[in-house]
Amino acid sequence: MNIKLIADIAKSLLIARWKQTLVAAVGVTFSITMFITLLSFMSGLNEMLDSLILNRSPHIKLFNEIKASKVQPIDLAKEYKGSHHFIRSIKPGAVRLELHNVRSIINTLKNDPAVLGLAPKITTQVFYNVGAIDLTGVINGIDVEAENKLFKFNDYVTVGNYMDLKNIPNSIILGKAAADKMLAKIGDVIQVTSPNGERTPLKVVGLFQSGLVDLDKVNSYASLSTAQKLLGKPNTYITDINIKLKDINRAPALAKSYGVLFNVDAEDIQTTNSQFETGSSVRTTISYAVGITLLIVAGFGIYNILNMMIYEKMDSIAILKATGFSGSDVKRVFVGIALSIGIFGGLAGLLFGFLMSAGIDQIPFNTASLPTIKTYPINYNPKFYMIGGVFSIITTYLAGLFPARKASKIDPVVIIRGK
Amino acid sequence: MDKIILSAKGINKSFHDPVTIPILKDINFDITKGDFVSIIGKSGCGKSTLLYILSTMDTDYEGKLIIDNEAMLGLKEADLARVRNEKIGFVFQFHYLLNEFSVLRNVMLPGLKLGKYSEQEVEHRALEKLKILGINDEALKKPNQLSGGQKQRVAIARAMINDPLIIMGDEPTGNLDKKNSVIVFDIFKELAHSYQQTLLIVTHDQEFAASTDRIIEMEDGRIISDHAKVRA
Ligand SMILES: Nc1ncnc2c1ncn2[C@@H]1O[C@H](COP(=O)(O)OP(=O)(O)O)[C@@H](O)[C@H]1O
Ligand SMILES: [Mg+2]
Repeated sequence: MNIKLIADIAKSLLIARWKQTLVAAVGVTFSITMFITLLSFMSGLNEMLDSLILNRSPHIKLFNEIKASKVQPIDLAKEYKGSHHFIRSIKPGAVRLELHNVRSIINTLKNDPAVLGLAPKITTQVFYNVGAIDLTGVINGIDVEAENKLFKFNDYVTVGNYMDLKNIPNSIILGKAAADKMLAKIGDVIQVTSPNGERTPLKVVGLFQSGLVDLDKVNSYASLSTAQKLLGKPNTYITDINIKLKDINRAPALAKSYGVLFNVDAEDIQTTNSQFETGSSVRTTISYAVGITLLIVAGFGIYNILNMMIYEKMDSIAILKATGFSGSDVKRVFVGIALSIGIFGGLAGLLFGFLMSAGIDQIPFNTASLPTIKTYPINYNPKFYMIGGVFSIITTYLAGLFPARKASKIDPVVIIRGK
Repeated sequence: MDKIILSAKGINKSFHDPVTIPILKDINFDITKGDFVSIIGKSGCGKSTLLYILSTMDTDYEGKLIIDNEAMLGLKEADLARVRNEKIGFVFQFHYLLNEFSVLRNVMLPGLKLGKYSEQEVEHRALEKLKILGINDEALKKPNQLSGGQKQRVAIARAMINDPLIIMGDEPTGNLDKKNSVIVFDIFKELAHSYQQTLLIVTHDQEFAASTDRIIEMEDGRIISDHAKVRA
């Protein structure tokens, strides 16, 4: 009963001042609209950029790194045990880049329930022979099917059919930038020199566009067997194993244990790509900051209109109190006004925010480096709508609370005497 | 069987602005149910100040105020609001009607706040009160469409809505012309005589005061005379 009465009084005051309340509500609507649009767009971009990395990066990479010997001669001297050693003389030795016991590693991993899948790989330096000069390059020997299944290889092959790499012997898919330099097109045969000096002709069956032109200038892909032949190695020769896990968050822990278990170097995605997470979180923080700033500005609008309303309605407040409404009743009336501005303004804001992001979602966005993206990316995460809604209510509540408290403290005697 | 409904015992009040000036000095009196009392006195002698204290709106005083056997001293703001809502009707010099609401709604508001009756019943009662005051035809108008005398009658209806123990008036005809003043005074007389409504009215009008059952005269914050006359 009481609530209904208070709501009724709030409504009447609100309607009597509908122009000002509309302006205040539009302020909230605008800020929530911007908040939703900004966050949807920003996190859409974040997701796109992250997926650029995540789709193609292994969660864990197993390999042998060339590095200096951990144990230097001086470490063996008993006299200097526990001291800090400056003398280091043993340089990296003839390390083998290939992984030992690849078969058993692969078998163990395939039976590990944490592993989603794995793709063996050979990475090797080469020269592309173009006329009189040699361009440095890197050939990635891949298991074509596994690479496509785990790392969406096909998404980045813009010209040609990726399966040709497996089906046509001695074939290569060139990075687009590299191909442009060599004036190579599909069907051409290019010459490649391997690190041990052997020259091999390879047939171009496709072009590859990763999104990073610098990468495409250097990288190209061949099948595992082509790469092994190129290097003159047996079919057990594998330099890297790329692993995808079922749960990416377990990567750091599992990388450590695989490193020890297989006695290889193991790198997890979190360590390799920490800079991307930083970028994402900075962009998200900025979006939130802008959205919340807008809301606070809208909050001041509500604060102003309520203060004005209370100033104009001193007499009404005084008589309400004189006829038996308590201070908290009066407070509830004005908080009610603020909240209804917040709720209606906020709801409209959520709707407009949705429409605006849906609009942005329709705008074409074509860039050579992102072949899979056709329009601006938008993330319709319900979380943003919830945060926007909750924030609009909290800000308007706070904006209304102070004027409402002032109203509740109005002394009717002072007002009535003043007449 | 005369029941005392309001009792002021040794009420003193001073303003501190910035020096302490005593305004009310040792006010003592009782009001029994059905009393028709007027308060007279020169302007500035403390009549309004006293009425604000008696109506529980002003709590900054010394002494005891007992309304319907309940001491007001130490009650919380919300409890005092409840007492005002339930037991006291107040008519000011100015009408204080809310222009956002219809006349009817203005009268209903304290009744809805009390919550004793359903909304329909409160509306019915409000219409009844407006009828007693002869303005039920204006019920659906907005207050600013009414004349000064009509507005004051609406304010009286609002004071009556919860059937209060006592209706207090602070120069309720102060803003009205002679003709409307007479109408309002006649209403008070009718309320007192036909409905046995307890009334405590501050007035400058000697003629009206003379028509009440009891006249309290104040001077310089004191009660200098308190005469009840025997009703014929
Ligand atoms: N807030 C205040 N501060 C100081 N003095 C006041 C205040 N309000 C009223 N007074 C003084 O109190 C006295 C009584 O005022 P009031 O009760 O309004 O008189 P009345 O209603 O009898 O004309 C007056 O002298 C007035 O100047
Ligand atoms: Mg006065």
